[in-house]
Amino acid sequence: MNLDKKVKSALFEFLLRMGDDRLILGHRLSEWCGHAPIIEEDIALGNIALDLIGQASAFLSLAAEVDSKGKTDDDLAYFRDETQFKNLQLLEQPNVNFAGTIVRQYFFDVYANLILENLTNSSFKDLAGIAEKCLKENKYHIRHSKQWLLRLGDGTELSNEKSQNAVDKLWRFTNELFEKDDVDKILIEEKIIQETDLLKNLWDDRVLLTLGKAQLNKPIETHDFSHGSRKGFHSEHLGHLLAEMQILARSYPNAKW
Amino acid sequence: MSEKNRDSQWSLWEVFVQSEQGAPHVHVGSVHAPDSEIALQNARDVYSRRNEAISLWVIPAYSITATTPSDRGPFFDPASDKVYRHPQFYHVPKGLK
Repeated sequence: MNLDKKVKSALFEFLLRMGDDRLILGHRLSEWCGHAPIIEEDIALGNIALDLIGQASAFLSLAAEVDSKGKTDDDLAYFRDETQFKNLQLLEQPNVNFAGTIVRQYFFDVYANLILENLTNSSFKDLAGIAEKCLKENKYHIRHSKQWLLRLGDGTELSNEKSQNAVDKLWRFTNELFEKDDVDKILIEEKIIQETDLLKNLWDDRVLLTLGKAQLNKPIETHDFSHGSRKGFHSEHLGHLLAEMQILARSYPNAKW
Repeated sequence: MSEKNRDSQWSLWEVFVQSEQGAPHVHVGSVHAPDSEIALQNARDVYSRRNEAISLWVIPAYSITATTPSDRGPFFDPASDKVYRHPQFYHVPKGLK
């Protein structure tokens, strides 16, 4: 596919956003390894983490290819610094507890579902192909996080309280989910992504419906201070996460195992 | 959650996996889960994450009625001491495999 320079750099940027979302959330989930409430859930969270890291690898490989500077997905994952990461701030937030992890996951799974559906119609076939594959995994992820959210919210007093706390804490990071900037506009013009204007409303509808069924509420006061994730602005948590995620690759460049 | 599940361990579900169309569902093991939906999800994650399945069953372990070790004699031994129950006295015609 022959793309002019402007489109190419927008596409590279967009692929980083998609890849980084999955890499960072996948890493967060991997922190549950050996710590989940029961062994079955330990395996489930590990599976989802692996799915997401596989998806990250697909998006970042394609990013490296579009960028054509001879880099690999690993170079992009392990040798960029905090401000070069374009993931949503929602996804770098600490696990806190199982309820916090599930709320964060459900917010992301619904978001990912809407974006991936959108991308299956991309004029850029490689991207449409990756989206198609991710969507299959995403449908299982949604089933997992939604069913857990229903049970935690509508479970015991304690599980409801922990879930509501998580919703209150994380809601502020959801305002920027579908924020549109020049990157999106250029790609929409090229039909590489389809119009995204309606997606935020769909996200709200779906999430609020589930929260209602789970006896959970959208916080009354919502602080809207999360902006600019896609430009490389992050909360204090990403730096620590990257330090742990990148140290091996940076200490032993080109290590094989 | 029902009274039964308020143990520190969730109840046990037996998992059956069908590996291909038309094949029987085969018992592969068990999982803990608070209800049938989560049992299915856990079974999927524990027993079919490497493409082993096209269909899964989960059954509450308490709904299975099983023989006990002390049933072993009365239930199964009589079968082995009556040789005439086994069709091993027939001569197999030549040419038959």
